[in-house]
Formats: sequence, structure tokens, C-alpha cells
Amino acid sequence: MCDCSDCEKLLQPYLDRVLSVAEELEAKEHLAACDYCDRRYRFEEELRMFVRQAAAEPMPQELRERLAALRLAH
Amino acid sequence: MSETRPETDARRIAAEARDRVRFEEDALALSDQVYRVARHLVGSREEAEDLMQEAYARAFRSWRSFTPGTNLRAWLLRILTNLNIDRGRRLQRTPDMQPLEAGDYYLVDKLEETGGPIAHEERVDQRLSQDNIVAALSAVPHDFRDVVVLVDIGDFTYQDAAQILDIPVGTVMSRLHRGRRILKAQLAEEAVV
Repeated sequence: MCDCSDCEKLLQPYLDRVLSVAEELEAKEHLAACDYCDRRYRFEEELRMFVRQAAAEPMPQELRERLAALRLAH
Repeated sequence: MSETRPETDARRIAAEARDRVRFEEDALALSDQVYRVARHLVGSREEAEDLMQEAYARAFRSWRSFTPGTNLRAWLLRILTNLNIDRGRRLQRTPDMQPLEAGDYYLVDKLEETGGPIAHEERVDQRLSQDNIVAALSAVPHDFRDVVVLVDIGDFTYQDAAQILDIPVGTVMSRLHRGRRILKAQLAEEAVV
């Protein structure tokens, strides 16, 4: 039986891969047993990837040139 | 007057010039990655470009203080975040908002309330747009946003983020957690309204 408040507490550190082996096992067990939390875990995982992709904005070429021009005179 | 040996001096000068050129090339090669982070530390593209130029000018001037073999990307970001704080943008731009107290599941719960249950195979971009993310991110108060941007967009470790911002690792973790919650609360507002 899944205790969802425990699961939620473990969710972020689980996503960041900073749990101890025992805690990670506990999180995995929770997720395997609880569809509600499992769907939320997948959503969080996707969201994090999406934030990374959505935030990516290529550097303007003009800025690249201006940065190169800042190099000290040789 | 001390006797100098022109050949040794010439060799030393040449070696130093070589080190400097290598440093500059390495720093420029990282500029795309630095810009990715800079772009979201401040509110606009123009500010990000100004900040990048200031940071690179300072980095090139103080290249000798970089220790070869250590993390150059983190070193550059440290210069950039310090400049950002020095310029007082933090004070000017921090929105006057009370961070919403929301749980980790706040966003997904909210989306389900309005659009029905999230299916197993459903992708996040079916519910949220890129504009939603960018707008929500810029509405997160700076102290929290800096950490979220460094870790979630810049892919820095907690330790690197702590060094860059000169705060303890525990503070990075708590701000990250809070910052992500605020981001999700903002996204819920953006996406659901």
C-alpha cells in the first residue's frame, strides 16, 4: 500500500538521483504499487526534460562575435 | 640591476601567451552553455547579452586567477552571477509576489482538474507550451530562480551551484525544492488560466 505523502517527499530527490540505496528502493516500491504517484513521477520527469528543452535558446551569432572581439590584444 | 636572461624571458612570455590563448579559446567554446544559463538568470535577451559581455570581458582580464584543470564553466558562471548581483538587477527585477505554497504534485493535480487525467503515454508538451515555461521561469523570485536555472537548465551539481552562488549546499537544496514548487505553481497559473 502506497503512502502518497511519503512518496511525494521522495520524489524530488529520487529525480535528482541523490537518494541512498535504501531510500531509492523505497521510492521504487512506492511507484510500482501506486498508479497515482507513478503517473506523477513520470510527469515530473518529463516536465524536467521539457523545461530544459524549452529554455534552450541559441546564442545570437552577433554576440558570439562580440565575445570573441573581447579577447585581449595579442 | 639584476641580470636577465633574454632567452629565458622570451620563453616565459611565449608560454604565458600560449596559456592565455588557450584559456580564451576554452572560455569561448563554453559560451553557448554559459548563455543558456545567463538567458534565464535575467529577464530579457538584451540583459543576458550585456551580462555575457561584461562577464567575458572580466574573465579575459582575470584569466590568471583561473586554476587550469578545474571547472571553467562554473568559474565563468560565478563571475556572471556576481556581476548580476553587483548590478542590482536582483533588486530591480524581483517581482513583488508571495511564493505560493504548493506541493510537488500541484501542477499535475491542477492540470488534471481542468483537462482530465494525464494518460501514461501523454507528453508534457501536450499540456504546456514553451512560452508557458519561459514566462513561468521569469516569474520565479531570483534567489530561487538562480538555483533552478543552474541545476535544471545548466546541469550543474548541487556542489557547483553552491560554489557559484557562494551559499551552502543545504541552501541550494532547499531553494531548489522551493523554486521548483514555485515554478510549477506559476506554470499552473499560466497553463490553466
